[in-house]
Amino acid sequence: MKGDIPFRGIRFDSVTVAYDGNVVLDSLDLTVEPGEVMALLGPSGSGKTTALRAVAGFVRPASGRVFLGGRDVTDLPPYRRGIGMVVQQYALFPHMRVEENVAFGLKAQKVPRGEIRGRVAEALEMTGMAAYGRRYPRELSGGQQQRVAIARALAIRPGVLLLDEPLSALDARLRSGMLAELARLHRELPEVSILYVTHDQVEALTLADRIAVMDRARLRACGTPRELYRAPANEFTASFVGGANLLPVTVGEQGVRFGERRLEVSGPVPEEAAVLCVRPHLVGLGDGPNRISGTVREIQWRGATHRLYVEVDGHRVIADLRELKEPPAHGDEVTLHFSPDDAVLLTAGARHD
Amino acid sequence: MLVHSRGARWAVWLLFLVLFLPLFALPLLVVLGASFATNWSGVLPSGFTTGHYATATRGEALQALTTSLLTAVAASVLALVVGTWAALAAAALKKSHRRVMDALFVLPVAVPSVVVGLAILVAFSEPPFLLNGTRWIVILAHTVLVTAFAHQSVSAALSRLDPAYEQAAASLGARPAYVLWRVRLPLLLPSLTAAAGLCFALSMGELSATMMLYPPDWTPLPVLIYAATDRGSLFAGSALAVVLMTATLLALYAVSRIRTRASYR
Repeated sequence: MKGDIPFRGIRFDSVTVAYDGNVVLDSLDLTVEPGEVMALLGPSGSGKTTALRAVAGFVRPASGRVFLGGRDVTDLPPYRRGIGMVVQQYALFPHMRVEENVAFGLKAQKVPRGEIRGRVAEALEMTGMAAYGRRYPRELSGGQQQRVAIARALAIRPGVLLLDEPLSALDARLRSGMLAELARLHRELPEVSILYVTHDQVEALTLADRIAVMDRARLRACGTPRELYRAPANEFTASFVGGANLLPVTVGEQGVRFGERRLEVSGPVPEEAAVLCVRPHLVGLGDGPNRISGTVREIQWRGATHRLYVEVDGHRVIADLRELKEPPAHGDEVTLHFSPDDAVLLTAGARHD
Repeated sequence: MLVHSRGARWAVWLLFLVLFLPLFALPLLVVLGASFATNWSGVLPSGFTTGHYATATRGEALQALTTSLLTAVAASVLALVVGTWAALAAAALKKSHRRVMDALFVLPVAVPSVVVGLAILVAFSEPPFLLNGTRWIVILAHTVLVTAFAHQSVSAALSRLDPAYEQAAASLGARPAYVLWRVRLPLLLPSLTAAAGLCFALSMGELSATMMLYPPDWTPLPVLIYAATDRGSLFAGSALAVVLMTATLLALYAVSRIRTRASYR
């Protein structure tokens, strides 16, 4: 599968989608570079699937344009866009064998018969399903059906691959396997741009070159996984990508203060009221820089880690700690700390608009 | 229904038999019994004969059976094509428009079939659409009467069809006509065959509209049965009825065989 795949990116130019006057996607501006994996991450109802459907051509933007590889496709019907798409429920044609499913797009596009066999075999080979060509979809497990759906989308050699929550129907173990599989496919097909819709931050962090965080029909942040994780732009991004402790702090002449405590934070400090963001696994137990103390309200043992919910001045601080030999008991007073490098200050008021 | 106690299960069976046997099974058994009899004055029929069947399977009766079968096949095929087409077209309409379509197609069922028969008779007795006196007027009437059922069952199946299939097909580059032919119709096949069977059975038994329309050279079997009983030949009529019933059931069985092969899930 090399050579003849066109390098194609995706560009949203202030795309707005509304159903019956209800805006579900609000002037989205986003560019997916050719060969890039872009994850659209957000809770349900955030507009991420609508954005994907606008690329596929199943919803018509009320305003704005969609470009594929520099070509305006806003007015093209889905079958003329040349995209591969994989959806959550796979949508394999139940009345066709696996190989007929994979050949469907090629036959529909009138690819010469002699060529179809080779390309079907190639696509099934890539997804490890070569041995299952004669089966019907109902005779396959969920993970196998997913592989066939991917093979079917790849067989038409799309420049752009749209994946709509492709792993959410699989159980946890299969999911991490498929995640590795998708990463391998992308290494083998570096020229295919992938738009990956998910509500699972682990999938987005693992797979994506860049993540676009969406909430309530709007794009909230866009950046590399590292940028979003280490230095989130707002509270929503901080809490949705990776989970975060968010503490209200005041910024004044004496520096950053949380209640009566003074905290050291390296990095830029905003002008006034702010929110301090620190990741739970970067909070330590015991004495250290930036110590805060509170009462243990809840303790969860998760095998490799202990998760402590500590109440500090009415605020909840979560700490993920390496498994403790002698964990504190419910109601104990404990001291927590975190390094000045590990905390980020966000401007307050960026909260959910 | 899930009934756990043994006594209750017996009671349910008993209730079923009490209701089912006299209402549904016995009348059919009586017809079967009468078709082999020359006389029925006691509890059971008497004077066993197969003579009624001898006349019921040749000559005029055989002609009528062929007429009925041809009419039913033609009407079901036409109804299926028209009903499916209309249902597919309606599925693409807005909800309010779709409701109007549905109402229009249910009309021939809501209106008594005698009225439908009369309407067709009046409408097609004058040029330019002079069909009166030909077999086509019977086939037309049957088509009008059964299309409602075809339309209804296909549109119900369409609304249950997951749009993900056609969208997946479209994203793979398939034009709407190709999607219809290779994806949507094959997925609808089980409901299409069910609709065909229903239309066929209804057409085989249609009498009231047919009575007003049939020309002498196109007499369907139900008309013959009615004529026989009307002149008092109950036993000969019963034999004809059994023939009609058997032919219909055989055809439905054949359709159901196709159907089991067509249902993939």
